[in-house]
Amino acid sequence: MLNVSIYRYNPDVDAEPYMQDYQVDTQGKDVMVLDVLEKLKTEDPSLSFRRSCREGVCGSDGLNISGKNGLACITPLSSAVKGNKLVIRPLPGLPVIRDLVIDMSQFYAQYEKIQPYMINNSPAPAIERLQSPEERAKLDGLYECILCACCSTACPSFWWNPEKFIGPSGLLQAYRFLADSRDTATEERLANLDDPFSVFRCHGIMNCVQVCPKGLNPTKAIGHIRNMLIRSAT
Amino acid sequence: MANMRTMSFDAVIVGGGGSGMRAALQLSQSGYKTAVITKVFPTRSHTVSAQGGITCAIASDDPNDQWQWHMYDTIKGSDYIGDQEAIEYMCQTGPEAIFELEHMGLPFSRTEEGRIYQRPFGGQSKDFGNGGQAARTCAAADRTGHALLHTLYQGNLKSETTFLNEWYAVDIVKNEDNAVVGVVAIDIETGETVYVKSKATVFATGGAGRIYASTTNAHICTGDGVGMALRAGFPVQDIEMWQFHPTGIHGAGTLVTEGCRGEGGYLINKDGERFMERYAPNAKDLAGRDVVARSMVLEILEGRGCGPDGDHVYLKLDHLGEETLNAKLPGILELSRTFAHADPVVEPIPVVPTCHYMMGGIPTNVDGQALTIDKDGNDQVIDGFYACGEAACVSVHGANRLGGNSLLDLVVFGRASGMFIEKQLREGINLKEASEADIERAMTGLNRINNSADGEQASVLRAELQTIMQNYFGVFRRGDFMQQGIEKLNALRPRIENVALDDKSNAFNTARIEALELQNLFATAEATAIAAEGRTESRGAHAREDFQERDDENWLCHSVYFPDSKTLGKRGVNFNLKTREAFEPKIRTY
Repeated sequence: MLNVSIYRYNPDVDAEPYMQDYQVDTQGKDVMVLDVLEKLKTEDPSLSFRRSCREGVCGSDGLNISGKNGLACITPLSSAVKGNKLVIRPLPGLPVIRDLVIDMSQFYAQYEKIQPYMINNSPAPAIERLQSPEERAKLDGLYECILCACCSTACPSFWWNPEKFIGPSGLLQAYRFLADSRDTATEERLANLDDPFSVFRCHGIMNCVQVCPKGLNPTKAIGHIRNMLIRSAT
Repeated sequence: MANMRTMSFDAVIVGGGGSGMRAALQLSQSGYKTAVITKVFPTRSHTVSAQGGITCAIASDDPNDQWQWHMYDTIKGSDYIGDQEAIEYMCQTGPEAIFELEHMGLPFSRTEEGRIYQRPFGGQSKDFGNGGQAARTCAAADRTGHALLHTLYQGNLKSETTFLNEWYAVDIVKNEDNAVVGVVAIDIETGETVYVKSKATVFATGGAGRIYASTTNAHICTGDGVGMALRAGFPVQDIEMWQFHPTGIHGAGTLVTEGCRGEGGYLINKDGERFMERYAPNAKDLAGRDVVARSMVLEILEGRGCGPDGDHVYLKLDHLGEETLNAKLPGILELSRTFAHADPVVEPIPVVPTCHYMMGGIPTNVDGQALTIDKDGNDQVIDGFYACGEAACVSVHGANRLGGNSLLDLVVFGRASGMFIEKQLREGINLKEASEADIERAMTGLNRINNSADGEQASVLRAELQTIMQNYFGVFRRGDFMQQGIEKLNALRPRIENVALDDKSNAFNTARIEALELQNLFATAEATAIAAEGRTESRGAHAREDFQERDDENWLCHSVYFPDSKTLGKRGVNFNLKTREAFEPKIRTY
């Protein structure tokens, strides 16, 4: 029997959050953490968490699993259980709505701030805008972001300044558009980021890189933006 | 309902996936007050899981490619019950819709010339089947759905669409004329129930793959739109037509794109034989999905399956080389390593046919207007009600969808619905206000669940439902089995209606949502069962052991399921092409 400890809080009935302990029979199988949550929900339907694709592409089930942020659906027990114990908490640093469900408004607001859409005001051609494979390759490692918030909620700078620091996920997306040969708003984008907080609160702690379930590297993207900002200032 | 809040919009789109967001984009760009009701944050919709690409004759891989060839393939793929007018519209308009997405920033993979990369997919040909395999599926590596969904969300942010994120539509509100004037919806975060009133209500609610035990579909694919339409008394079409994707990962159900076979991968049985050569000598592993899925099941039934239980086959990719796999199929490498514990660079992936796509749905015309059938058998538009994407049956997929055509369907008909509603709004839409009794009627199902006093858990009932559908309505079907399945569903119905909701709290109560979803799963499953039992032939994905031949004399038509009488009717297939003569049904071989 696996010991599972889960963060519980229902604002309708609980004055305070608490950790609830369960025992789960996994039949010795190395299932995913989401499978354990689903099994628990059949026994205790009041347990709330988000989930959708169950294959690591929708970004719904970002959780703090035994101390590390990750997606429940692609985290096997073998990498999360320590001493026969699994501890599941909501992603840290954002308000909890209920149980494992957090309020992600601040995270999304930072994403929206970077103008996460293509800007190119020249008349569009009758076919696609051409882009060489080399130019397109610059978007690899950027466009794959699934907005799960594992990175930003692992970032101490984001914990301190969630209203002012864009955070690793938003900055990865900012660079995705800066790096796109089809986007023409480079100057405008850089100007919007050119303040002491938006980018420069990143202190290179690299928790984001450690936890990204898609293997992306926001710190590297932030480095590129810093360089572009410094270059545009001189 | 004096204490219930009302919100009003020009257009409300239920569903934040590809088709819903494409429709919303069209309307919000034109300045109409547009809201998207979506039970998950939009980029978590199931479109995100589409991998291989979006099929369209943009003439990148082959400068001489023609949309007419794509039209021919799609009609043949549909086993001739796809509506030819709709297919013509989709294939002809497709390039424009793709280029718009590219202009919005969709990060397509590229050719050396800088154009969009296209790969071969199943059922594709040049020159109306005479010119060999085509490569017509536009791809962003093997993450095309993700790239498309994020691009559409970004476009909607730019055009300032109102998003009601994590809201769940419960039921349709109809006025005294039987026109649709919005929905009742729950704000999941607070539990508040709101009447969302609209001049145009678009259902873009996706599929219902979760009626089966083994599915590539996300947990959220619960047929909410089909369930709501049926409860409102509206019919659904061709709902017996379910696609089983040949390559779901054995045990996990997660999808492995057909693009793997497009890039040169192939299926083998336990003897290492490339068995598709026997079943489809020309197209081999790139035959229609129904053909490949049936061939795999036959291999397994005849004792040539792989693994200790002989219950799957292998998809071989290692011969393509690590470099190609990393460049073209990086997501598949991830998924296979995670869910099959197999590294495709050195070993094959265990795969099995897995429920993937609902070809049927709410019948619509090319403008997205939902249809019902009047007592004389004529199509009748349902005022105020529209559908697009997987929830709709327009019908471009007929009895079998071609790979890569679902994403095209989403953007082309999401866009078409948006454009048509735009025109109607400009001309003025005048529907009568819903009365309090009309709104109260839409609360019936929710009230029942909120007042439940006993009953069984949703998860237990859901699992039973999925097992019945898997066992009695799978890849191969037989009349007497299906009748047993229908009896089992009949026994399950009262238990599902009486589902327990012990936790009545308001904040993010997912138990309440799952109890509501279960009603929609059941409604979709029941319609599927009755339609499957009723269609006494084999066509496309609907393969019957007791009626093995296609029967054009009696069944070259849509089935239409009427929920109030639980009976099956027929509706003619559209053969009216605008640009040429219709394609007459032929024997379908690959």
